[in-house]
Amino acid sequence: MKIEILGTGCAKCKTLYENARAAVQEKGIDAEIVKIEDIQAIMKYGVMSTPALVVDGKVLFSGKTASAGEIKGLL
Amino acid sequence: MEYAMLKSFADYVVFTILGLIPGSRSGEALDFFIYDTLKIFLLLTIIIYIVAIIRTSFPPEKTKRLLSHKREYVGNVLAALLGIVTPFCSCSAVPLFIGFVESGVPLGVTFSFLISSPMVNEVALIMLWGLFGWKIALIYIGSGLLVAIFAGIIIGKLKMEKYVQDYAWEMQVGNAEIEEQTFRQKLDYAREYTQELLKKIWPYVVVGVGLGAFIHGYVPAEFLAQWAGPDNPFAVPVAVALGVPLYSNAAGVIPIVHALMEKGMAIGTVLAFMMAVTALSLPEAIILKNVLKNRLLAVFFGIVAAAIICVGYLFNAIL
Repeated sequence: MKIEILGTGCAKCKTLYENARAAVQEKGIDAEIVKIEDIQAIMKYGVMSTPALVVDGKVLFSGKTASAGEIKGLL
Repeated sequence: MEYAMLKSFADYVVFTILGLIPGSRSGEALDFFIYDTLKIFLLLTIIIYIVAIIRTSFPPEKTKRLLSHKREYVGNVLAALLGIVTPFCSCSAVPLFIGFVESGVPLGVTFSFLISSPMVNEVALIMLWGLFGWKIALIYIGSGLLVAIFAGIIIGKLKMEKYVQDYAWEMQVGNAEIEEQTFRQKLDYAREYTQELLKKIWPYVVVGVGLGAFIHGYVPAEFLAQWAGPDNPFAVPVAVALGVPLYSNAAGVIPIVHALMEKGMAIGTVLAFMMAVTALSLPEAIILKNVLKNRLLAVFFGIVAAAIICVGYLFNAIL
């Protein structure tokens, strides 16, 4: 599984990244987590408000963060 | 507005429990502080929550579709109005800007949105409504929308597309298919958003109201009339210039400005100052520099500042 956190480096983007990492660890699944800060790569997903959570190429949400628990539910 | 219960509570705490004397400076200042803080937090909690629920129905991706290929005038008006309900954070200004222009939203229309969105924001409106009353809050919304529409139309007329960074035009923009949230998710989002925002702004509100209460109690009346009254033609531009570095601190600035108005600052000057605080922000300019060449950035700031100064003079003359 590939989890991407889209964001140009705001505080919320960092929170989302940390929470996604915690979610993966708690769930004990094998997933690669990457932070995407390049604007070109972010625009490719059509995301206009950051941070956004992308799992296996699909945008799950944008413009907000989520707790580790919520992310666990989405994975 | 009537908040009789809050007023009785503040009176009870200050004059009965703490035993301060009604009419004394310290008593009145503390009474004012408790009453205003309670009133503002009550309004902030309720209204931010409601606004957050409304906003879940207007994600920027939808706003972009509504504005795509709209003509000027109609597009500028619609963009300024959508700016009120579409959530906006200056940290997302770059993807938002590129998403707009790439999908065929005209440059001037994009600017109407970018100006209105931070300026007509719920925190500023609640603070204005709570402290100055609904009339001033409505005047602020109305003139804020006018500034956004007018500045966007001018930027559109100036045909400044070539002053957008070239890469913005060449970018591949995908179409995110984000699922519509359920009502339950919307409520959760609104609750989190309200908590987050309150956590961020409460210190500014408390310090702002505290300073306001101090000015209210200790600074002599008409103290500012000489410098910031309606007769000083330089008051408005100076207020606008002072507003730029105070970006995004509407929550802390409005209570102070409210107290300054009591001491003789003219209402047009107050409005212009508030607009400069919310609309002209230095960090936003730095972020927008990633997509705008210097000339367009300067034109954007110049036109918005000029429009705000006009609003200030207008209301100093008619109110």
